[in-house]
Amino acid sequence: MIDLQQLQDIGQQERDRRKPVRIRCCTAAGCQSSGACSVKEQLDGAVAAADLGDRVAVAGVGCMRFCGRGPLVAVDHEDGTSQLYEGVTPENAASIVGTLQGQPATATLGDWNHPFFAHQMPIVLENSGNIDPERIEEYIAVGGYQQLYRALHDLSPEAVVKEISASGLRGRGGGGYPTGLKWATVAKMPGDQKYVICNADEGDPGAFMDRSVLESDPHRILEGMAIAAYAIGANHGYVYVRAEYPLAIAHLQTAIKQAKRLGILGSQIFDTDFDFKVDIRVGAGAFVCGEETALIASIEGKRGNPRPRPPYPAQSGLWQSPTLINNVETYANVAAILCQGSEWYARIGTEKSKGTKVFALTGKVENTGLIEVPMGTTVRRIVEEMGGGVPGGRQVKAVQTGGPSGGCIPAHLFDTPVDYDSLLALGTMMGSGGAIVIDDETDMVDVARFYMDFCRSESCGKCVPCRAGTVQMYELLDRILEGRATERDLASLERLCVVVKDTSLCGLGMSAPNPVISTLRYFRHEYESRLRSPMAAGHGG
Amino acid sequence: MSAPPSTAAANGAVNGAAPSAKGSHPSGDKRFKALDATLKRNRFQQDALIEILHKAQELFGYLEEDVLLYVARQLKLPVSRVFGVATFYHLFSLKPSGKHTCTVCLGTACYVKGAGELLAALEAEFGVKPGETTADGLMSVVTARCIGACGIAPATVYDGKVAGKQTTEMVLTCARQWQAEG
Repeated sequence: MIDLQQLQDIGQQERDRRKPVRIRCCTAAGCQSSGACSVKEQLDGAVAAADLGDRVAVAGVGCMRFCGRGPLVAVDHEDGTSQLYEGVTPENAASIVGTLQGQPATATLGDWNHPFFAHQMPIVLENSGNIDPERIEEYIAVGGYQQLYRALHDLSPEAVVKEISASGLRGRGGGGYPTGLKWATVAKMPGDQKYVICNADEGDPGAFMDRSVLESDPHRILEGMAIAAYAIGANHGYVYVRAEYPLAIAHLQTAIKQAKRLGILGSQIFDTDFDFKVDIRVGAGAFVCGEETALIASIEGKRGNPRPRPPYPAQSGLWQSPTLINNVETYANVAAILCQGSEWYARIGTEKSKGTKVFALTGKVENTGLIEVPMGTTVRRIVEEMGGGVPGGRQVKAVQTGGPSGGCIPAHLFDTPVDYDSLLALGTMMGSGGAIVIDDETDMVDVARFYMDFCRSESCGKCVPCRAGTVQMYELLDRILEGRATERDLASLERLCVVVKDTSLCGLGMSAPNPVISTLRYFRHEYESRLRSPMAAGHGG
Repeated sequence: MSAPPSTAAANGAVNGAAPSAKGSHPSGDKRFKALDATLKRNRFQQDALIEILHKAQELFGYLEEDVLLYVARQLKLPVSRVFGVATFYHLFSLKPSGKHTCTVCLGTACYVKGAGELLAALEAEFGVKPGETTADGLMSVVTARCIGACGIAPATVYDGKVAGKQTTEMVLTCARQWQAEG
């Protein structure tokens, strides 16, 4: 089994074999769909043709974040500077290699100082786009698995829990529950058999933060899960990934295999009596399986029906054993917190929301992609400075956060700092990180109906308020959009929102009315202008 | 060891042959052999049902009734349980799909950027709504609830290959090409 010296040797060997010039080509799913694999082939070919093989290495790396301008390529020079290229095509890829011999590039130059990048603070994404996700050696070379070693040898499980609690880290899946508290709860549970689960069922439409982390830095998640398992007394972990993320699944499988081969996963890790193994479970297209009890049911091979809580998974979860479930992004913060300390982490962000948050900025905005910003960054900075505002001369209307469980932030409230509590106060929520920009051409009632259609389709059907409520709310929204609704219908809709929110069994039903409530709060006129008077209808209305 | 006769009757004895609990499918179909390998790898555990169904759909293209009955028997699960799980998850299909599949993503970013128009164009030209297959069995049109390619919205998947920043022209061109190839 591997010890610290061997781990450090692997890292050193990797750093020693680095060539002076490194050309990084993003091969995460987004860029791949835009032809990144052909681009990389061309880059490889050009390096070989110019006989630059001893000086220049071409690496396929993970997400470089500016997805809207992909495929992205970066050239890291000997002197420490780096040049970004965007929208690279197989035709102009070779010219990038040409710049190393003084020729001009025909590929479009990018700018690392662009506001999209300049305001970011990569912690979760610190390795994404820099390391090759399919080589464990590269993860080790940047300090990977050192924190797991430290935790196992120098810290007690209680000390690890304390450090996470002190950092102020809150669940990044959307709930914002204090992570340290959750870990402490599971750690206290009696019993030998406990489980650690990573919720990678990123189902919110418009969110792809977790996908990128899994594709680009899978070892980071494994290390976070292993540290968590040590802290709470578990030996078995599961990563539950959506089936819609085949590249993430493939990279995770490779990562697990590589870690096992080195003895970083398995028995007696780093020569201690800590065993930990990780299995992957693939989802099958059910949004509700992102809900923790439904996810557990799915791992148990059943229909994804949620269960009433209490008991919470911390007490009785997978196969009724105490289970820790956290989101991908939550685990991605763990090693960094152990490395730089809880005090460092707690200095970032706001009083009640520490650290950074990764957002997927998409929709009617100039610059789309992933941004990681400190909590407390304003919506305006995100949408206007980093996002570049709405293209085509149109006006920004709102930004939608929290997916089908969330709501919208209208343009006049864009100076709100982004953190868990301020967004809740506005009637929306942080959610998993999807931030969709909406312009003045988009109809807010249509957006509300879109989300209700989603919830109706994804409802598991177990409880009446959600099963019947989402259908009725959808029908009412449809009627409103088609101009067939009256004030009584609008009143029914509002009443239903309250009933469904208060009486549904799980988070899906409880938050299905949120987009309606939120759009009614800020864009009520769009609903009311469509109503007709019951007299004009000629019927009872 | 063979399964007791009552189980065989309940599960519908295949081809009249007496089923063996861990034996292969009497038809000798190689796909069942491949499925058996997956069952073995998962040690015939009942909680591996979803993994097994994934493999079955991959091998057979869709979850036909015979396959579901076979899985139920091999995992010693009630048939109702297997059908319950197969019909719950959107990714599992109990109907055969077309030769080609065009999946239009209906995630929020894609929706805001006009995914609805892509679907409307497909319906106008080929007469298929989401979830349907063309009469000649050539193309199925399906919607996905966000494939995570939001940075390049609107996204479409053509036979497993993701394409971003799609226009109605691009979608129709691909579909027409499939038609031409036959």
